[in-house]
Amino acid sequence: MSPETAIIAALAVPALGALLIGLAGRVPNLREAITLTTAAALLAIVISLVLAWFDGARPDVTLLEMIPGLSLRFTAEPLGLLFALVASSLWIVNSIYSIGYMRGNAEHNQTRYYIFFALALTSTMGVALAGNMLTLFVFYELLTLSTYPLVAHHGTPKAVRSARTYMGVLMATSIGLLLFGMIWTWQAAGTLTFTPGGVFEGKIYQPLTGILLALFVFGIGKAALMPVHRWLPAAMVAPTPVSALLHAVAVVKAGVFAVVKVIVYIFGVEHLRTVINFDWLSIVAGFTIVAASVVALRQDNLKRRLAYSTVSQLSYVVLAAAILVPISVAGAALHIAAHAVSKITLFFAAGSIYTAAHKTEISQLDGIGKRMPWTMVAFGIGALSIIGLPPTIGFTSKWLILQGAFEAQNSVAIGVIILSTLLNAAYFLPIIYVAFFRSESGEAAPHGEAPWPMVLALTATAGLTVVLFFAPGWPLALAQELAGIVR
Amino acid sequence: MINSQLPILQVMVPLLAASLCAILPFRRLTWLIALAASLAALAISLNLLVLVLNDGPISYALGDWAAPWGIEYRVDALSAFVLVLVSALGSIIMVFAPTSLAREIDADRVFLFHAMYLLNLAGLLGMAVTGDVFNLFVFLEISSLSSYVMIGLGRDRRALTAAFQYLIMGTVGATFYVIGVGMMYMMTGTLNMADLGTRLPEVAATRTVIAAMAFIVVGLGLKLAIVPLHFWLPNAYAYAPTVVSAFLAATATKVALYALLRIVFTVFGGPAMIGLPVDQILLVLAIVAMFGASAVAIYQTDAKRLLAYSSLAQIGYMVLGISFLSATGLTATIIHLFNHALMKGALFLALGCIYLRLGSVQIEKMAGLGRRMPWTMGAFVVGGLSLIGIPLTVGFISKWYLIQAALERGWWLVAALILLSSLLAVIYVWRVVEVAYFQAPSDDMLQLREAPAVMVVPVWVLAGANVYFGVNPQQTIRAAQSAAAALLGGGG
Repeated sequence: MSPETAIIAALAVPALGALLIGLAGRVPNLREAITLTTAAALLAIVISLVLAWFDGARPDVTLLEMIPGLSLRFTAEPLGLLFALVASSLWIVNSIYSIGYMRGNAEHNQTRYYIFFALALTSTMGVALAGNMLTLFVFYELLTLSTYPLVAHHGTPKAVRSARTYMGVLMATSIGLLLFGMIWTWQAAGTLTFTPGGVFEGKIYQPLTGILLALFVFGIGKAALMPVHRWLPAAMVAPTPVSALLHAVAVVKAGVFAVVKVIVYIFGVEHLRTVINFDWLSIVAGFTIVAASVVALRQDNLKRRLAYSTVSQLSYVVLAAAILVPISVAGAALHIAAHAVSKITLFFAAGSIYTAAHKTEISQLDGIGKRMPWTMVAFGIGALSIIGLPPTIGFTSKWLILQGAFEAQNSVAIGVIILSTLLNAAYFLPIIYVAFFRSESGEAAPHGEAPWPMVLALTATAGLTVVLFFAPGWPLALAQELAGIVR
Repeated sequence: MINSQLPILQVMVPLLAASLCAILPFRRLTWLIALAASLAALAISLNLLVLVLNDGPISYALGDWAAPWGIEYRVDALSAFVLVLVSALGSIIMVFAPTSLAREIDADRVFLFHAMYLLNLAGLLGMAVTGDVFNLFVFLEISSLSSYVMIGLGRDRRALTAAFQYLIMGTVGATFYVIGVGMMYMMTGTLNMADLGTRLPEVAATRTVIAAMAFIVVGLGLKLAIVPLHFWLPNAYAYAPTVVSAFLAATATKVALYALLRIVFTVFGGPAMIGLPVDQILLVLAIVAMFGASAVAIYQTDAKRLLAYSSLAQIGYMVLGISFLSATGLTATIIHLFNHALMKGALFLALGCIYLRLGSVQIEKMAGLGRRMPWTMGAFVVGGLSLIGIPLTVGFISKWYLIQAALERGWWLVAALILLSSLLAVIYVWRVVEVAYFQAPSDDMLQLREAPAVMVVPVWVLAGANVYFGVNPQQTIRAAQSAAAALLGGGG
């Protein structure tokens, strides 16, 4: 398959999968088989694309000219490939998990669920492989729309209300700010193509750059920079696999991915270094990291704690990119992958606790490690990775970011990272402690592990978190390629 | 050669078909006549568009009386564009109409509806084709009078007061227009648009001409429902049979906007020429409409009223494009004129399907409709997304050009206001989506079926057009750009 075909296929295969899932809706086993086949096919396509890229292929596909001079255009570059790789590989694991979860909890409307899940993956691929800002924006919006039914899945007043917040914040920021920034860029630079080194060199009045950047960074609401983070905890009403894949991987990562992409390919790292009023981004990101960690400390609901932890971790990526040295940009890219595998493990664990024990609050988890050893060990590994301790991939990405911060002598960033590591430990370690070292309280109904597909999935991602520490392979290689582009 | 007679055939075909329908009291037969006439009008307009784009504007002297004395029909890029729009939507709506009308109009009146529809079509096409300001008045009245009748034809008796309200306001508007025309005639001795365009500059500074422009802008503003002149519209759209609402929303206001563009730019040579700050007034009114009408739309309980208020807001966007007085601004207006017709056509027709099955378009009664009528609601969602301006729909293209026009002028605040107001559309569209998809259906809805294919297909043709022209908008953009250039070129 030529890399150009592979790009088209990466977009078409999940969409086609969605169609087939819809047609097979009445036969659950067939429907789930289609989901898994589609996911496997997508991963194979993305892998072929990565291989081709390392062989020197630079595919560039232009589909339609939407506005004179502006087309729907797709290219492959290291950051996008890394994101596509993360999303497509975790989709397989997540599908296995979903089958266990949706059946284990006898959820309604399962066909709709799988259809929109597949559509969300198409949108994610579009974001990852976008060759210009317009294309990225198109698929960014489609991602919001295709995940809305997943967030509102339960249909209860609470779910609908939360989904409204989700949709409202993401739409308001993307239409109100991002679109504005995009058209402004088009007006000023005459192009929206992602160009190494940026498109603005000498084309915009310097002090305006900071404002324009703010339109982008806050307009990309999915990056959940404070104060536009509220949608993320709201979206936690969704079934857990949705939270896991979409709100630890696809949706939020599409956000920070877009931020890094804009910094590297629209503004240009080198260009931003010359901008005087750029510091605010590190400060906002640093504030989000710390503040969200503090909020996470105070949450008793497990998923909400994970949600705030996500808000905080996303800003690591933004902060790393804002440090503006190649090594930290590589760290930003790697952290997208690192946080994805670790956080999906944590969400999987939360969902498996809910399915097996029907527990949602941290205060109910005393002694649960004895009943669900696989789940809680995996949870522990995920937590270690978020804190940034070896032997997990979270350590590697944090190391790169910190190295960049020292290189740039950015004392704010160094301080924030150290403080937040402590906070991360403070909100995760107690959970592990109570799960393993406290005895069960009260008259808990006896239960064992969650259904096997779920345990399989969370063991796989936990394993991956560790394996990537010893053999970071493609994710690190792609991150370093990105650093090479930044220079 | 038939080609040289196309401009007059464009009007005569529906006009003659209308009189035929009026004397034949048969439902099916008159429907066939109406459909055939609409399709013929569409074929003629497409031919005209091709001719105009290839060879430039076409001039046709009515009865062979040469231009400044006789009535001239003049088709340029803009008018051909509007002709195609009106006749295409007319044709699609006619395919949809019979099933919907059977539910909303008494059977023995359907032939009258067809006659009135054709009369209206003839009036609207005539407004777009004529190059004579008084002839435009005649067609304006033809289309207005027939639309009063169409609105009042429904079974809903509230439609009668709505039609009456519209009659009063519409007559005031038409009278204002004709007063303005009289003043211009007094000053120049001519009624031909192109001729007026060359003679008016000599007398531009006189108070009479300034007053003429004021009268005409207010008169057409009433037909167009620019915000403080809009009171007739929500009731008329809400209580008229759905087919009528769809047709009027998609075409009538668009043609009124066309007339406004024609008079302001071709006849008066742009507001600056006369020294009346029309552009600034329109800017303010447009922004009021964008926010005020959208805010009111959010609180509607009836989906048809909701769409009616949304139309007012969307008209605001079109008027806003005029106020920029730039090629990009006018391009945005003309693109949105086309795009909005597609959106509202799809949305109103979807409501027609819902009314057919549900007997109501109250939002609260639409609970669970997403599962009962998946195709209809799917089309509604597509239309709604287009209204919001989601990329890959036509609404996005409109918004893109409008904002670009604002930034081009350096009006940052206006650009921000356009974006903010479009967020209000998210709210009112999503209210319907939430109810239809995430509320449990009531028991009496369980046996509800999807609307028949003759209705669903036209709805999807329009919904599909929203996506097609959103993904592939070059033709629209090119046509709108040449139309805008023709307007600014003065006469063209």
